[in-house]
Amino acid sequence: MIYTARGDEADPRLGSDVMSQLPFRAQVASALGRTAATLSRMTGRGDGSVIGGRVGLVLEPDLLRKLAQDRKLVLVSATNGKTTTTRLITSALLELGEVATNAFGANMPAGHVSALSQAKRAPYGVLEVDEKYLPDVLDTTGASVLCLMNLSRDQMDRAAEIWLLAQKWRRAVAGKPVHVVANCDDPLVTWAASTAGQVIWVAAGQRWKEDSWCCPECGGPLDRKDSDWACRECTFRRPQPHWVLDHDMAIDPRGQRWRLDIQLPGQANRANAVMALAVVEIFGVPVQRALPKLAEVRSVAGRYTTVERDGRHARLLLAKNPAGWLEAFDVTDPALPIILAVNAQGPDGRDTSWLWDVDYRILRGRPVFVTGERKLDLALRLDTAGVPFQLAGDFTEALAAQPPGRVDVIANYTAFQHIRTEFGRAE
Amino acid sequence: MQNDPRRTESALRIVWIYPDLLSTYGDQGNVLVLEQRALRRGIPVETVHVRSADPVPETGDIYLIGGGEDRPQILGAERLRRDGGLHRAVARGATVLAVCAGYQILGTTFGGEEGQPVPGIELLDIASGRGKARAVGELAAEVAPELGGLPTLTGFENHMGVTWLGSAVRPLSRTIVGTGNGDGTEGCYSGRVVGTYLHGPALARNPALADLLLSWATGPLAPLDDTWYDRLRQERLAAVLPAQ
Ligand SMILES: [Zn+2]
Repeated sequence: MIYTARGDEADPRLGSDVMSQLPFRAQVASALGRTAATLSRMTGRGDGSVIGGRVGLVLEPDLLRKLAQDRKLVLVSATNGKTTTTRLITSALLELGEVATNAFGANMPAGHVSALSQAKRAPYGVLEVDEKYLPDVLDTTGASVLCLMNLSRDQMDRAAEIWLLAQKWRRAVAGKPVHVVANCDDPLVTWAASTAGQVIWVAAGQRWKEDSWCCPECGGPLDRKDSDWACRECTFRRPQPHWVLDHDMAIDPRGQRWRLDIQLPGQANRANAVMALAVVEIFGVPVQRALPKLAEVRSVAGRYTTVERDGRHARLLLAKNPAGWLEAFDVTDPALPIILAVNAQGPDGRDTSWLWDVDYRILRGRPVFVTGERKLDLALRLDTAGVPFQLAGDFTEALAAQPPGRVDVIANYTAFQHIRTEFGRAE
Repeated sequence: MQNDPRRTESALRIVWIYPDLLSTYGDQGNVLVLEQRALRRGIPVETVHVRSADPVPETGDIYLIGGGEDRPQILGAERLRRDGGLHRAVARGATVLAVCAGYQILGTTFGGEEGQPVPGIELLDIASGRGKARAVGELAAEVAPELGGLPTLTGFENHMGVTWLGSAVRPLSRTIVGTGNGDGTEGCYSGRVVGTYLHGPALARNPALADLLLSWATGPLAPLDDTWYDRLRQERLAAVLPAQ
């Protein structure tokens, strides 16, 4: 079974294996954390994963280190795709045994504590890690594998600046005995990973290029030809990939081609899948065993799920930043109407300026409905792009305005969670 | 670089400086708003995106410089100084809008990664440094009356900067809500060179400022239907200003 940070199986006993090796204070802290998580769920405050971990961390700062000991851990970080990739890696690693994972995106240390203490016997752990926390979490857990996928502009009033982030990653992996699996089509990620002793390079593609026209090493221009890139002014260039994503085929380090027959849609998810294949091969799961497990994943924390009301079937896509919107457009069906929902609460970033980095002209010709707390920002943006649209008071109203049948929905973080809550958080 | 030598003489020439280094926070929006507001009035537009490895053309009408992280800001300043194209354009009377990191670059000095002073390109009589706290949030400000009675300025600021205005510049506005330069003013201007900390983007939130810049380049402008601009402005200003 999958043990998750959600803690549906929360077990009040302080039991065997990993837990029994913890000092008494850590055991109590961990058990209290789980109780808090259960309470949080019972009172309807959420998945319970973060609140449980926070209680645990207050009581025992070393808890994460102790919970991580003697496990084989993978840390997954990126601007986009980390929740999905965490899920894909977990799915394949289950071939080997139990896996602890923060499957619900609680990606800071509190969430990691919560995830690991829910799965006391699991010899494996796959943790999604917030980009800013990666150096600390790597230090604390001593994880054996890092999976680094992409870095692009995110909500600037809360996220760190990406050149600075890449530099921190670079320092964090330098000289560490960690296996890094990194996307060499992203120059910033490549720069960050290249100080590590062992790197498996994956040519996983890069759709959003607006944040990597300059060399992170010297600031010179990067020349690009197809997927290759090289600095015009210094020696920094794309390394030779071990794994390659070629449309819907993964090419492994031995040159063998594998069709990525997965249910998750779009090129971004095929990129996530090839990263996952490279990670699990390090643990000894061969492609032929891993691929069928990746194919079983249909939706991740509500992403790509379809919700239904009165004959309207809405497929939910989450997009939190310009690169994410580009990926979402790749997945949408141009023949369908589309609902766009944008909020600007804390987790979304309160500055909506990023809407102007997204090229919406691809939506011309489709019926477009605009909703969310910041629908007027989006309205002006679409008007400027020459994309006709209709305003809707909320998501329910936008859905009711559709003819029966299918519709695509792209929403940013809290707008997406709002829709999920309204439809019962169905997976 | 999308520099087309066959450009028609009558087109309005917008130059976006260093989108590869200085473009965050939707800076492209200022370019798009200027383009759209010119095109809707029947004014043909040519937009040139000048990458940081390429020379800045001096024959543009309106130049835009955006925001960026510390390292790109330092690199951008070095290249603009070495290039000299923007200075020649300003000497010819071109209009400039510089935002956030771009605004600081136009001064004599700004704060680098560790707060160390970094030389700017000296197109505005300002000096910037690092403040104690990051200024993040909605800003509202009254525009300098000498600029012709523009409506209240609205935008989103997100910066650590403090900017001191010298005697050769005038404040763009006086803040009602928000931090701006740090002394009760926001942004500044001198001649046709305008700097501001405001994102939003600034010209999407303030179409009257966009038209002011356009009119400096093209002369008087016909009014436009600003329904969506107005609705957004009302909502944003109502969110931070006490009910009138
Ligand atoms: Zn270089």
